[in-house]
Amino acid sequence: MDSSLSYVRTEEAPKLAPPASLVGIRGWVMSNLFPNWKNSVLTILAGLFLYWVLSSILSWAVFRAVWTGENREVCAMEGAGACWPFVKAKFLQWIYGFYPIDQRWRVNICFLMLAGGLIPMLMPSVPYKKWNVLFLLIAFPLISLILLTGGHFTLSSSAFVSLASLLAIIAAMLPLSVFGIEEGIKIAKAGLICVALGVFVWLLSLVFGFAEFKTPFGVKSSSSDISLLLLVVGGALGLLRVQGANNSASHSALRGWGVFALGLLLAMLLLKVDFGLEYVETQQWGGLLVTLVVSITGIVFSLPLGIFLALGRRSEMPIVKWLSVTFIEVWRGVPLITVLFMASVMLPLFLPPGTNFDKLTRALIATAIFASAYMAEVVRGGLQAIPRGQIEAAQALGLPYWNMMNLIVLPQALKIVIPGIVNTFIGLFKDTTLVTVIGVFDLLGIVISGFADAKWASPQTGTTGYFTAALIFWVFCFGMSRYSQYVERRLNTGHKR
Amino acid sequence: MSSMDDTQAPRVSFWNDPKIRANVVQAIMVAALLWLAYELYSNAAANLSKLGKTFGYGFWNQSAGFDILQSLIPYTNSSSYGTAIIVGFLNTLLVAILGIIFSTIIGFAAGVARLSKNWLVAKIATVYVETVRNIPLLLQIFIWYGAVLKPLPGPKQALNFGSFYLSNRGMTMPSPVFDDGAWLGLVGLTAGIVVALFIRRWARARQTTTGKAFPYIWAGLGTVLLLPFLTLLLAGWPIAWDYPVLGGFNFSGGATIIPEFIALFVALSVYTGSFIAEIVRSGIQAVSHGQTEAAGALGLRGGLITRLVIIPQAMRIIIPPLASQYLNLTKNSSLAVAIAYPDLVAMGGTVLNQTGKAIEIVLIWMTVYLSLSLLTSAFMNWFNSRVKLVER
Repeated sequence: MDSSLSYVRTEEAPKLAPPASLVGIRGWVMSNLFPNWKNSVLTILAGLFLYWVLSSILSWAVFRAVWTGENREVCAMEGAGACWPFVKAKFLQWIYGFYPIDQRWRVNICFLMLAGGLIPMLMPSVPYKKWNVLFLLIAFPLISLILLTGGHFTLSSSAFVSLASLLAIIAAMLPLSVFGIEEGIKIAKAGLICVALGVFVWLLSLVFGFAEFKTPFGVKSSSSDISLLLLVVGGALGLLRVQGANNSASHSALRGWGVFALGLLLAMLLLKVDFGLEYVETQQWGGLLVTLVVSITGIVFSLPLGIFLALGRRSEMPIVKWLSVTFIEVWRGVPLITVLFMASVMLPLFLPPGTNFDKLTRALIATAIFASAYMAEVVRGGLQAIPRGQIEAAQALGLPYWNMMNLIVLPQALKIVIPGIVNTFIGLFKDTTLVTVIGVFDLLGIVISGFADAKWASPQTGTTGYFTAALIFWVFCFGMSRYSQYVERRLNTGHKR
Repeated sequence: MSSMDDTQAPRVSFWNDPKIRANVVQAIMVAALLWLAYELYSNAAANLSKLGKTFGYGFWNQSAGFDILQSLIPYTNSSSYGTAIIVGFLNTLLVAILGIIFSTIIGFAAGVARLSKNWLVAKIATVYVETVRNIPLLLQIFIWYGAVLKPLPGPKQALNFGSFYLSNRGMTMPSPVFDDGAWLGLVGLTAGIVVALFIRRWARARQTTTGKAFPYIWAGLGTVLLLPFLTLLLAGWPIAWDYPVLGGFNFSGGATIIPEFIALFVALSVYTGSFIAEIVRSGIQAVSHGQTEAAGALGLRGGLITRLVIIPQAMRIIIPPLASQYLNLTKNSSLAVAIAYPDLVAMGGTVLNQTGKAIEIVLIWMTVYLSLSLLTSAFMNWFNSRVKLVER
């Protein structure tokens, strides 16, 4: 370039600031609110609407609101806004329902346990997730059940007998899983025969009645005792055979059986022991407590049930498949309210005469069944997202069905559907309000029941109550939906095809 | 030939044969199911006989003896229980269909508004969606009913919009009175629709051959509105309006929409609308931006790009979840029972209370809702297959 040419510039022209209409607050306003006349009109209309909504809410909830007072008189004034003293007076009732005031510490412990289990569970960086899940799904519900009701359940001795029989049958089967079926049958023949005889005697006595007779030792006994004896002997033989093998498979089988047996026994004993807690019937529960009990029971039961149903729906066995499909589609096809009515008016007719559940238990059964159908569809979505190659690879390695599912497919599938599970839980949490209709006092039910209190009846009481309840529900649901979005973003690592 | 013998299937012991295993598992399941069914049946029989009740729909034709707030078919308190249940069913259908229409309108408006370049409009739509989605529907129904409609003034101080009166008794408005010859209007309407369809066909054919567009939407709308108007005019305008008049403590004349219906309808539309808005937003966002650019490169203008390129592709993504929202709305309409709107569940509940026929009523509920679900999903599957991408 010849620099002697005077018309050629040798340096850049100075950079000018961008036009004021494109940058800064003014630029933002111009491009986002008033880019053309159509949008300007829209903005002005929207602004007026927003002003109207905000000013009326603020004026009602803050400026005209009544903040202190002892009874309805302060709120019944002409032109008064929100009646906050009503909320203050009723708030503890909205949380605990009619739970005895001196026993509320039990509810508090349950809330604390829930927070203690849930918060580390929701933080991906905290380790020991497996133990955390076990705590939330098994220990927490059990302890809460004892704390909230007072424990000291009457478990008949037959419950312990059934437990022992179940454990014995599993113990007798253990050799089959350790040595393989053919080898196992050869090794543990004696034990299996004992168990088979025991079951046979029990079935016979079930059909022909339990025979009673005197033993040589002078103690009265019946045929059920014989079958129990046979089962226990068979189970013991099975355990001995497994122990004799003394390899890693036998050790893990024994350990698994031991943990299972001890856990069940401990759970039953805990339910039976009298901790000296006052009995609180479920009629007295209410408010946020019931909302959480119903939704958490629903999710705790629906998760395993939903997994089984989803696996059943994708099973190659036609009967299993169609049973699962029918179950899922029937419960998904009807409104929750009819399921609740069914549980409250029809279920008692189908139970053996004399058995009866309280209202809350019936609501719990209904929500658990209902939620499991929805959960099944969520889990199915996850199962379908797992590439077929994973299943084929697992089969090529010779994994049996349940090992393949437990080790390969479900861990991946469940991880994908965490947002779906949280969304189902949000839906369930909102749906718990429906139990109000069958006379269980959840948060919404107890808020509404407060309107009938003559001490607080005023034109603004209802609106204030609804507003506060809506706020509480919104905080819970919005928080959960934000969490599910966060997990979704975390899972979306860019490997998606 | 000995190698041939080796290829024969190895003998597998029967418990390792997957087929036999599957059969055994299924046989056990069927047996358990049959046992459960037998137990339930015998329990129910025992319980019913203990209560002195029988199973049967004999109550269907008995006189109901209660009044219903809103009925689409003739009903008096001497009508039968069966009629009452049918009235409830029709009320369910009414609120569900109107709810579906309005929630679709609200949802599409809010979904498009969320994507608007206008910041304020987008934010208002977002706040609407995030607020309404996270509050239980039952609570919203109570809010519309108990905090909005019930505190309205009585008929004497009713809010007045022309001949429309809004009070705590609901919305009162003029109702049409049809004289002889009003059926001509219906004939005109039918003729208008037929003509409009023909215009559309002709316009499309002309556009394919000559490329010249014809505003067939406006022309069709014109014929649909104009033809019934003209026929009615020729027939001497056989439609009169019955205006509501305030007399004593209530309105006489006109038609009144009960507040229970308004509350349920508004709550259902607003609630479901927020879910539909999310579906619409994600559907539109799922259409790749290259489509907009390609359409722009072909010379299409903004409105046409949206109508001819974006929406048809977005619809494919939108329709399946939309169908399940419609189903949800229909099922959620059963919450009517909480504010005593006489829908299927509420009517069934009343009949159940009077007759004690729990199993029968629950069976009716389940059958009706299941059939509605199956019908809707069948229709939506058909519709879906029509707009589906045709691939090789």
